[in-house]
Amino acid sequence: MSDKRAIVLYLHVHQPYRVGRYSIFDAGRRHDYFESPENSPQNNAAIVRKVAEKSYLPTNAHLMRMIQENPQFKLSLSITGTVLEQFEQYAPDVLQSFQDLVATGRVEIVGETYHHSLAFFYDRAEFEAQVQMHREKVERLFGVTPTAFRNTELSYNNDIAYWADKAGYKAVLSEGWDPVLGWRSPNFLYKPSHTENIRLLTKNYKLSDDIAFRFSDTQWVEYPLTVDRFLSWTNASWDQPLINLFMDYETFGEHQWEDSGIFNFLEELPRQWLRKSEHTFMTVSEAAGAFDVVDEIDCPQTITWADTERDLSAWTGNSMQQGAFASIYGLRDAILQTNDLQLIEDWRKLQTSDHFYYMCTKWFNDGDVHAYFSPYDSPYEAYIAFMNAYLDLKFRLHEMGVEV
Amino acid sequence: MLGWELPPHHTGGMGIVCYQMCQQLAKTGAEIEFVLPYTADFSNIDFMKVNPAVPKDVSEVITGIGSVGSTYDSQYFEYIMPDGTSRGAAMDEHQSNYADYVSKLVLLGDYDVIHAHDWLTFRAALAAKQVSGKPLFVHIHSTEYDRAGGKSGNPFVEEIEYVGLQLADRIFAVSQATKDTIVRHYHIPADKIEVVHNAMEFRAEELYEDKSDNAFRCVSGLQEAGYKVLVSAGRLTIQKGLTHLLKAFRKVVDMRPKSLLLIVGSGDQYEELIELAADLGLSGNVIFTGYLNGTGKQWRDAFRVGDLFVMPSVSEPFGITPFEALAQGTPVLMSKQVGSSEVLHHVLKVEYWDIDEMANQILSTFDHPDLAATLTENGRAEMMNQSWEKSVSHILEHYHGHIRKQEFVYV
Repeated sequence: MSDKRAIVLYLHVHQPYRVGRYSIFDAGRRHDYFESPENSPQNNAAIVRKVAEKSYLPTNAHLMRMIQENPQFKLSLSITGTVLEQFEQYAPDVLQSFQDLVATGRVEIVGETYHHSLAFFYDRAEFEAQVQMHREKVERLFGVTPTAFRNTELSYNNDIAYWADKAGYKAVLSEGWDPVLGWRSPNFLYKPSHTENIRLLTKNYKLSDDIAFRFSDTQWVEYPLTVDRFLSWTNASWDQPLINLFMDYETFGEHQWEDSGIFNFLEELPRQWLRKSEHTFMTVSEAAGAFDVVDEIDCPQTITWADTERDLSAWTGNSMQQGAFASIYGLRDAILQTNDLQLIEDWRKLQTSDHFYYMCTKWFNDGDVHAYFSPYDSPYEAYIAFMNAYLDLKFRLHEMGVEV
Repeated sequence: MLGWELPPHHTGGMGIVCYQMCQQLAKTGAEIEFVLPYTADFSNIDFMKVNPAVPKDVSEVITGIGSVGSTYDSQYFEYIMPDGTSRGAAMDEHQSNYADYVSKLVLLGDYDVIHAHDWLTFRAALAAKQVSGKPLFVHIHSTEYDRAGGKSGNPFVEEIEYVGLQLADRIFAVSQATKDTIVRHYHIPADKIEVVHNAMEFRAEELYEDKSDNAFRCVSGLQEAGYKVLVSAGRLTIQKGLTHLLKAFRKVVDMRPKSLLLIVGSGDQYEELIELAADLGLSGNVIFTGYLNGTGKQWRDAFRVGDLFVMPSVSEPFGITPFEALAQGTPVLMSKQVGSSEVLHHVLKVEYWDIDEMANQILSTFDHPDLAATLTENGRAEMMNQSWEKSVSHILEHYHGHIRKQEFVYV
């Protein structure tokens, strides 16, 4: 067992294949739902290129320097299949920079669904197929096999832990949400209820969100945040082994812009943390084997890392979203029996959780449209484009002679 | 003639009705000057003079329609100045400028009667009558009571309608139902109101059997797979009764899962209807096209692709879309509250609120091709027999009743 305190830095990398303004007049004529004109807000290539310049390339350059400069610095990444595919298509330089990082041996890749879907909650067989697809993609591109698991949107419950345990993962990740943890701290290693070997790492959302959400908020009392100040908040938990900093990768350069000083903060973090010999960094699987379990966590309800509710309501909260989910998963048997790889892949790309997130109305009603990022003018527009693509899937099935 | 729109630059049925009515009037030898509140290319119109009411010091007035709302609360006007700059004009300001323009115009020409369509033109009509003393005919295509779906409408609009109806020399109503509304809700004596039914005349080239590829290819494909398609077209406002239709359609899908509803149009209920369809579990069965231009192929093809067209209005003074459906060979179901049900007999009719019966009739048409074929054949024959001749001669009689002259000039 390790007697050091470890920061577990875990970053999530994802881009969906956004559906263009696909109209009912396009349906039955063209099936390229994910293609959009050059300057439209749904153009996936343009978005990936833009985020590559602002976030992926500079952040990876910083991470590489941090690895070279600090022998103990490590981190974990989860990179979805849909973003890896887009790197291959639109930004091979970004893919190469991730491959370089993983090749150092100090970057762990965490497993998840290829399509960043919520299939776990709708279709277990489909979920497993997507996890397998992701595993194969990671093995092919990075030469490593994931030993830790996170489900889309950090969604978590006892069933997910049970499944991941049976599938042989060493660790599973979740939000460190107070109603689940109760009086317990997220800074320890836990065992999920009803499991044998797997370990649960819970996100320290207060410290994570100081970086991910509040860093450049000039109204925040702690603005501007320094590494010194940030690390001073960890002193209070000096006797607790873990600091789980889980966040979206795009925090660096995209959500928090370069001029906020976020890259300096990132580079300075290991420098200052590692000044004390009892401090280190660990990847998620490493941490799962380095400490004793202090308790079991029972989580019958589903939690996520989203919003103040920390549930799935941003994806499944309204009936448009529920109708869209029911429609797309309702096609499962018909789609799979065709063995048409293009059709199956289009259907899977439509399962990406972002499509349903864009249909969320819980902020839209308050007029707070900017509280979330969507390439559409309204949730209704997102829903209509999605449902038109759904109707086109049915059209294609009919053309192939499948009963729809 | 004072009107608010003419095709091809129009958003609703009123523009088409004005166009066809004036065409027939012109055939009888009438000279018509039609004053519109905006500038646009009307080189397609050679049977009358189209006169855009452009305010002083403005060189052009452009209009457009927002994506939501009924005609008058989403329509906007933009003034183009002689120096090329532009500014927006509020509806009230523009109505007032329109009235100024008309009251000056009416003194310049040798006009016999003033004929004004709907409340939007009434301020101008009243001003013109006041300065010229010419007889005023107001033509009611819809009232605020209709547009509010039988509930309280905008009191400002109702006030203008009331004054216009009171001070007019004669009132034309597009249906008996509209006449009843004017009597009941505006307290106008019945003998002051003439029912002048609209007609919907199609040019020969609009009636040929369209063999071209349907714009709704996906929908046609699903029809081959056994789906039946119900189509509705119009503004998505409370007046049009679409919430009842969706509830009826839920019952249709319960009985016949392979059913689709194509909702064409936009309006202030757009988002509400999308949510209601989803609430009812109809996400995969209801298709929203958004706004489609009423002169385009997509609009016509929406009628063509349907197995049944439905107009479920809570209140509809006349309603010309059923004629467009019949012209495309699609049978029609309409609520008994649709004014054109007074002239169309070979269509299915139902109370707008009776969702069980509505579902029953939709299912019957879907499942009994004989019924659909008979409705189409007879309905289309009836539609072809419609003409403006009778209605226009009725209008002329009343013009003559107010002024005796051989040649008429109408402003």
